[in-house]
Amino acid sequence: MPKPEILDPQGQAVAGALHRLGVAGVTDVRQGKHFELEVDDAVDDDTLHRIAGSLLANPVIEDWRVTRA
Amino acid sequence: MRVGVITFPGTLDDVDAVRAVRLAGGEAVNLWHADRDLHGVDAVVVPGGFSYGDYLRAGAIAARAPIMDEVVVAADHGMPVLGICNGFQILCEAGLLPGALTRNVGLHFVCRDLRLRVESSATAWTGAFAAGQEIVVPLKSGEGRYVADAATLAQLEADGRIVFRYVDAAPNGSTSDIAGIASANGRVVGLMPHPEHAIEPLTGPSADGLGLFTSVLAAVMSA
Repeated sequence: MPKPEILDPQGQAVAGALHRLGVAGVTDVRQGKHFELEVDDAVDDDTLHRIAGSLLANPVIEDWRVTRA
Repeated sequence: MRVGVITFPGTLDDVDAVRAVRLAGGEAVNLWHADRDLHGVDAVVVPGGFSYGDYLRAGAIAARAPIMDEVVVAADHGMPVLGICNGFQILCEAGLLPGALTRNVGLHFVCRDLRLRVESSATAWTGAFAAGQEIVVPLKSGEGRYVADAATLAQLEADGRIVFRYVDAAPNGSTSDIAGIASANGRVVGLMPHPEHAIEPLTGPSADGLGLFTSVLAAVMSA
């Protein structure tokens, strides 16, 4: 997800579209990315965080969260 | 004096960058993204376009291409590197320049000639200009809004590393009207507008952009 302090014009455009559709009560929209990785059991959480922080997300502008399903 | 110009899949402006190097009096050397060899060049231009279709984030995949490993090592040893537009995004993603480039305010792709102020002539790519000089070059990008955290911005400002600013309000919403920045040693410069499209009056809005390319030739000669 874009960090809270990073302006998200795409999210704002979605919020504007919702308003035009007549949906009330949506005060803000932020747009991010979701990745699903198929990994071997041997891949540990440290590795997943390294993948997230070094390639999937740009830590300058994005926060990320790693979860296992 | 050999200046390398990298081509990634999806690069658009390598041909114009090569031409700019030649017009400035340098020898242009084409570099391929999959190479692990800079072929003895004295400087590198990372040109604009849509490398890897802007997949993941603009510049994110290109920054991890084999040739960029070599560029990062060479830049650490002081080799001049210029990133233009997508090249600027690639240098930020590669960690050679701080901050990031994000979606334009208003979401519109901006394509127009505009005025920039050269804020610093103390880089390898701007020695031919006077600080405060205004130049006219085209901007053509959809993700040109420069962002960085407050500490980074303060550092850039204090160290005189903001190299180019939009003279009129930044059309992309860029922080502090920043159009281009430099590394701490002034050898690596990135900017969103396209100096390689402004190298002669016949094909561009001015010949102002040529100054970046003559600057680097002089910088390397004097090194």
